[in-house]
Amino acid sequence: MSEYKSDLTKLEKVFEEYESNPENLITILQKAQEIYGYLPKDVMYKIGEKLKVSPAKVIGVATFYSQFRLEPMGKYLIMICQGTACHVSGSEKLASAVSDYLGIESGKTTSDGVFTLQKVACLGCCSLAPVMMINGEAYGRLTPEKAISILSEIRKKEAAE
Amino acid sequence: MRIVIGEGSCGIAAGAIKIHSAIEKYAAEKDIEIGITGCNGMCFLEPIVDIYDGKELIKRFVRVSESDAERIVNAVENEDFSSLSDIEISDEDKNFLDLQTRIALRNCGKTDPESIEDYMDNGGYKAIKKVLKMSPKEVIEEIKFSGLAGRGGAGFPTWFKWSAARKSAGEKKYIICNADEGDPGAFMDRAVIESDPHSLIEGMLIGAYAIGAQEMIVYVRAEYPLAIKRLEEAIKQAEKAGFIGENILGSGFSCKMRIKAGAGAFVCGEETALIESLEGKRGMPRLKPPFPAQSGFKNEPSNINNVETFANIAWIIENGGSEFSKLGTENSKGTKVFALTGKVNKSGLVEVPMGMTLRDVIYKIGGGIKNGKSFKAVQLGGPSGGCIPKELLDTVIDYKSLSATGAIMGSGGMVVMDEDTCMVGMAKFFLDFTAEESCGKCVHCRIGTKRMQEILTKIVNGEGEQGDIELLEELCGVIKDGALCGLGQTAPNPVLTTLRYFKDEYDEHISEHRCRAKECSAMLKYSINPEKCIGCTVCARNCPVKAINGELKKTHTIDQNICIKCGMCSKVCRFGAVSIG
Ligand SMILES: Cc1cc2nc3c(=O)[nH]c(=O)nc-3n(C[C@H](O)[C@H](O)[C@H](O)COP(=O)(O)O)c2cc1C
Ligand code: FES
Repeated sequence: MSEYKSDLTKLEKVFEEYESNPENLITILQKAQEIYGYLPKDVMYKIGEKLKVSPAKVIGVATFYSQFRLEPMGKYLIMICQGTACHVSGSEKLASAVSDYLGIESGKTTSDGVFTLQKVACLGCCSLAPVMMINGEAYGRLTPEKAISILSEIRKKEAAE
Repeated sequence: MRIVIGEGSCGIAAGAIKIHSAIEKYAAEKDIEIGITGCNGMCFLEPIVDIYDGKELIKRFVRVSESDAERIVNAVENEDFSSLSDIEISDEDKNFLDLQTRIALRNCGKTDPESIEDYMDNGGYKAIKKVLKMSPKEVIEEIKFSGLAGRGGAGFPTWFKWSAARKSAGEKKYIICNADEGDPGAFMDRAVIESDPHSLIEGMLIGAYAIGAQEMIVYVRAEYPLAIKRLEEAIKQAEKAGFIGENILGSGFSCKMRIKAGAGAFVCGEETALIESLEGKRGMPRLKPPFPAQSGFKNEPSNINNVETFANIAWIIENGGSEFSKLGTENSKGTKVFALTGKVNKSGLVEVPMGMTLRDVIYKIGGGIKNGKSFKAVQLGGPSGGCIPKELLDTVIDYKSLSATGAIMGSGGMVVMDEDTCMVGMAKFFLDFTAEESCGKCVHCRIGTKRMQEILTKIVNGEGEQGDIELLEELCGVIKDGALCGLGQTAPNPVLTTLRYFKDEYDEHISEHRCRAKECSAMLKYSINPEKCIGCTVCARNCPVKAINGELKKTHTIDQNICIKCGMCSKVCRFGAVSIG
């Protein structure tokens, strides 16, 4: 496991708060993801050790739920809604335009580490469909062109920095 | 006077926070109170700013922008709103709320979700006080009188579940709220928690008392951070006020409460999968029986209800079960909340008495179809539900009538589709969803949905063959009968209902390679009409794959072998010369 060298001491606080009860596995994984931005393998091993749950079980849970990421995330997380209301308002075209523009599939991160793209089901802003969310901020009533201009603004800003 | 800003998720997405700060800035040092409220359901008018005089709503401003902040503040200061008529809600839009009957949403968009005092000022926590003087049996009787059925989808009588959990013996009992809200395109539960968290708490408390539970757990979708934050705050307030904890209001009844955030899996809305997830495991459904009432969370008796179900409870206790059962039809009592979205003019949250027709909801409340297009279908029940066609628009909303159409009441998603929506594409959309969300435990669902998804993909790609429809029908039957849980058992519904009402669209895709909604891009052919083309070259310059040939002032042509059917040429052509067939 030499390729993984996460600072495991950051987990101590989480273990203190959520005693070593396997029932809390999902919550602990959520907290760990908040700390590291994703779930590195050594972090999952450590959590398993602490909760006395096998690594297979921990990884089994981590891969079952869509919230957990096993790879580092880009600086901007783009969530494109694929819920029903967004679907009938053209979210598929929106998603493929964004995907083409960034050159990545859903679930992946651009090679410069700036954007991570994720298709999600319903962001709960259906009346603004189609919707995308960038780092928690929602953008509604989008067209492929509008979405790309928002992203190119971010790109420009990042390039300037 | 008080300025109140609607700060539910949809209001915030439309810019409510920025407006709030701007109003705060201009109102600084003025004698103007500023408050917040949740979602009043008029999502199509967000951001919304209300002006109150005491408890009375005197003005409502809609689609407000940051630049309106200053004049709103000035108008409030001078008590003269004549200059704001351009952003005042129209009478026509007022109808949206006036035509509804609000029980579960009674406080949404009215009270401050972050204030227990405001909830109590509006009659909150009276019901629990009343309940603590009743016997649990009497509470269950009252709920039985009301005829309340579960609003999470299955529509099971609430009193029956409570009674079973009450009779079940166990060391400890749990009452659990299902706030996983998995139907993509539904947001009623989120709105209730964000806008009126105390009504959920009070409903759960009453349930806890009725079944004898010692702990209340709310399982909330992880994608709902604001709902989680407001509920956490509300729980703290209720604990402080003595409604949650040891010896509640001196009654001897004790009950704790906590929140568990889900982690994104549709199947966890199924109650036994939800329990597995609460226990920290992969959310895979259990075989029933035993039912959760006998053996649920940690193998103890547990009762699970939906958010909206709980949101009705305090009202029923306050007003009496018979008052609730006055509303509705023979087999369905009370009201139902729907998230009305899609191609409808006024999208948002609507709560209507059972028995109203779909037509009235979509046309009278929803204001009809956007952009003057024609109505094609309405989808109810999300991935477990179905599409109801134009001919059945006069179907009334009740459990039986909706089931008879092949759709279901569902949890409240109501997505309207117009002539531009391809119904085969819609079926594929839902199968993509269920195939992705199938937990993989049973073969019928895991492999069956995958095979259905493949056939539907073939059809929308223009590669459908004779026999595909028959194969789909066969698969639907087998999956319905064989799947372990509700996810698989209902997964065929979107296909079955579209086959039932829109079979000609399937036939056109397969036999004629034609999509009448012009949505299935693989079947579209873009061509340039020589009579309209003036040779301006705009299309050729904008084509991302250089599929368009032609010289200046001469008719252009599209090379079909290169064209990727992106639609760019038709979008940029100012002469309407690109035809799509
Ligand atoms: C695949 C699947 C997903 C479900 N999702 C939800 C959900 O998101 N919210 C909900 O309240 N019920 C959902 N249900 C229904 C629950 O299993 C359960 O019937 C309901 O929570 C009971 O509450 P009620 O009696 O108040 O309706 C789902 C069922 C299935 C099979
Ligand atoms: S369907 Fe996209 S926000 Fe709900």
